[in-house]
Amino acid sequence: MSDNESLSENIEEYLEVIYKVSLEEKKPVTTSNISKNLNIAPGSVTQMLKKLDKRGYVHYSPYKGAVLTEKGLKVASKVTRKHRLLERFLNDILKLKKDKIHSEACQMEHTLSDDAERALCQLLEQPDQCPDEAPIPACDFKFDTCEECLERKHEDVEEIGSRDENLISIISLGENEVGRVSFIRGDYKVIRRLMDMGITIGAMVSVIKLAPFKGPVEVSVRGSKLALGRDIAKNVFVELIDCESKDEDGALAHG
Amino acid sequence: MAKSGFKKEKGTDFDGSFSSSKDDFTIALSGNAKVGKSVIFNQLSGSNQIVGNWPGKTVEKAQGKLYFQGQKIHVIDLPGIYSFSTFSMEEIVSREYIAHEKPDVVINVLDASVLERNLFFTLQLMEMEVPLVVCINQVDIARQKGIIIDEKKLEKALGVPVVSTVAVRGEGLRKLIEKAVKAADNPKKIPEIIKYGGEVEKRIQNLSEMIKSKKTSLNYSNRWMAIKILENDPEIIKNIKNESPEIISYANQLAYEIEKIHQEPSFAVMASERYTLANLIASGAQVQTKIDIPFSERLDKILTHPVLGYFTSALVIIGLLLWTFTIGDFLEGILSNAFSFFQPVDPQFSGAITAILWNGAFGGIVAGVTLIIPFVIPFYLMLSYIENSGLLTRVAFMMDSFMHKIGLHGKALIPLILGYGCNVPAIDSTRILETRRERLLAAFAITFAPCAARTILILGLVAIFVNIWWALALYVLDLIIIFIMGRIALKATPGESTGLIMEMHTLKLPSFSVILKQTWARTKSLIYLVFPIYIVGSALIQAFYAMGVLEPVSNFMAPLTVGWLGLPVFAGVLLIVGAVRKEFILLTLVSFVGTDLSLALNPTQFIVLAIVGMLYLPCFSTIAILIKEFGWKAASVITGANFTTALVVGGLFAKILPYFL
Ligand SMILES: Nc1nc2c(ncn2[C@@H]2O[C@H](COP(=O)(O)OP(=O)(O)OP(=O)(O)O)[C@@H](O)[C@H]2O)c(=O)[nH]1
Ligand SMILES: [Mg+2]
Ligand SMILES: [Zn+2]
Ligand SMILES: [Zn+2]
Repeated sequence: MSDNESLSENIEEYLEVIYKVSLEEKKPVTTSNISKNLNIAPGSVTQMLKKLDKRGYVHYSPYKGAVLTEKGLKVASKVTRKHRLLERFLNDILKLKKDKIHSEACQMEHTLSDDAERALCQLLEQPDQCPDEAPIPACDFKFDTCEECLERKHEDVEEIGSRDENLISIISLGENEVGRVSFIRGDYKVIRRLMDMGITIGAMVSVIKLAPFKGPVEVSVRGSKLALGRDIAKNVFVELIDCESKDEDGALAHG
Repeated sequence: MAKSGFKKEKGTDFDGSFSSSKDDFTIALSGNAKVGKSVIFNQLSGSNQIVGNWPGKTVEKAQGKLYFQGQKIHVIDLPGIYSFSTFSMEEIVSREYIAHEKPDVVINVLDASVLERNLFFTLQLMEMEVPLVVCINQVDIARQKGIIIDEKKLEKALGVPVVSTVAVRGEGLRKLIEKAVKAADNPKKIPEIIKYGGEVEKRIQNLSEMIKSKKTSLNYSNRWMAIKILENDPEIIKNIKNESPEIISYANQLAYEIEKIHQEPSFAVMASERYTLANLIASGAQVQTKIDIPFSERLDKILTHPVLGYFTSALVIIGLLLWTFTIGDFLEGILSNAFSFFQPVDPQFSGAITAILWNGAFGGIVAGVTLIIPFVIPFYLMLSYIENSGLLTRVAFMMDSFMHKIGLHGKALIPLILGYGCNVPAIDSTRILETRRERLLAAFAITFAPCAARTILILGLVAIFVNIWWALALYVLDLIIIFIMGRIALKATPGESTGLIMEMHTLKLPSFSVILKQTWARTKSLIYLVFPIYIVGSALIQAFYAMGVLEPVSNFMAPLTVGWLGLPVFAGVLLIVGAVRKEFILLTLVSFVGTDLSLALNPTQFIVLAIVGMLYLPCFSTIAILIKEFGWKAASVITGANFTTALVVGGLFAKILPYFL
């Protein structure tokens, strides 16, 4: 393994952890937190964070901690997606022992190609969460729905291309934030019902309310208000619109 | 209805001659859920369709008549839908009706404050090429939100007549009916305003040409079928596949091409294009004047607040029960006093058949009046208020995650609450749910819901002869049982549950007359359902009593009633008559021992009898509707589950209670 490869793997591991923690805590991730998660000495973590900052993956300040930039978020959600898809595969298909799954997936995620990622997603029938119920991020290929991905199976991902923007699920939209619907995960029936109610690709959606206890989400779309069950809402992905303060707060600061 | 100037069903015709040359014709009302179709229908036809502010109330189509300028007009109220796909029963009913029965004109009712989304449906109706009149309803609510809609502009954009109305006040309805009659009398071709992008349009045309050449027997227009096939509509595809499968394989190829060009599946392309047009038309025809937040919005914030929302939801659910309970108790007292002059004639002495019939019939009527009026009317009044204000939708929103625990989503709470009144219409309304499995789960839970009859039993046995706290405790017990049985049923019927997709309609102050009409309509249908059973049932009980067949039956059931449940021997008879209607348990008991029941039962027995009576069987009418909706097998499983639960819970209480009382 060349140095370059192991460096990029290392970067991916860092970004993966920052992604996970910042979605949980919704604030900058501290050095000590990362060091605990990766089991690496705080000194080396600080070194690495500075490197990541220089390369534009995170904003790092010694007092607050690290937040992902758009660029960092793109890498982080991709590797997280691969990790969680692999976990599903190891669990559902290969039926590996629960305690082996995570570390196994962590090894495989860095070498899994995009085509294999897509095939895995189709094989597993578009899962939306990993075995321990963490959400699987949407793919970054230029698809609007899973239906489309299935129907264009003769084309490989190179031909399809990947999107430039990062997608987030509407359940992680904050109040008063507006998103443009870019991808809906699910079967024909759900997608069709959503589209009939006005949630089409390209429609502007904002979140009015998120009911507690994993309850439904109330969204506003095309001048009407809809309640969407959490299981449906989490599979509607948007591109954030007009978020000026985005860069200072980092790419995952909404909510 | 002098104000709006048309005559209702039974009215005679004044403004035209009877020798009208025209035949009868039919108007169908169609549109999104909760836009006011049923209110318009009621105003036009004078019948009392149930209306309410929660999605998808009218499930089957309702019919009425009106006379206008010498013409007899049939009015059809179709269920509210958002699209003509075929995922729900409502969509199928509406689509079949419009396509096959071909009404002379369809009035498309729109909610003025949600114009864009409503127009999406209008465009689909126009695609079906039916004669159309557009009715912009609830303009009063839209005005409160600062939205003004220009009828003329909309008319021009759509190319069909447009009328603004406030249905609850009858405003604009006369004009609506005039335009509808005109549209029916000289039908114009519906303009094809929706043209899809060139590549899509070309393929629609190719496909419809092919369908034309194959001459299918389906009763839809070729263009419409082509669109539906490209949209991947399962129903149409299935039908066409049976006749000429080559159409479908050609369509698949076309759909793939569209996808390639647009990088979107063809159904998504079409939905997007329709919405783009709807958006264009809507923004051209409406102006947003002020943007201050109306009171309803602020109230909405409280109702769906993460903490207060649960508080208000609990208040609504429990308040509804308590209201029924206390008001019912109060009214019942007054009414029973008023009827106290009635003394049953002892059949053993008078012996005559007339005495039996008199006792039965009159007893049945008294029972009906003293039970239905105090409990059912106040309940329906309050329920109607909650529904029409839109509160119930908020409760459904807050309770969604809770309902998921019993395999249902928030919308299922609505039939469940309706079950507090009577299980029969509640089970009927489970049709708003998406799959059979969910309807079955909901119906099962409903058979345990504390309906008016159960309330009467709890009140009459426990509240009066034990104390009010035990009565309330039984209510709580019932809710717990619903939850536990719901969990068990969920485990027994594995499957995917559908997620919630529900429109949150604007909160509003309900119209008083709508509430009264709705309460009356519901009470009326309950009376038709219940009174005959009361009267015949009471007479039969009297007759059996006179013939002396009750004693052997009681003795036969003694091991269960006396041995396991610790009740007196005659309880066997009570449980048999109670299968007809649960109130008969109380009525028969009174006819056995007189009004002071405490002479015959001790507190434990009162509670056990109430529990068993409450749970042991759904009443006959409920079983009948279960069979009708779900078949024999499901109905017997549900009934068996009820029976087992009653025996287990009743037996446990019979053993435990003596230590507490
Ligand atoms: N303020 C106001 N309220 C209205 C108007 N028209 C209808 N409503 C209310 O809107 C609610 C829904 O009316 P319905 O007639 O039940 O609606 P629907 O279209 O039949 O609904 P579904 O049968 O479920 O599709 C009721 O509470 C009515 O009182 C109106 O013009 N103004
Ligand atoms: Mg209706
Ligand atoms: Zn990893
Ligand atoms: Zn995981």
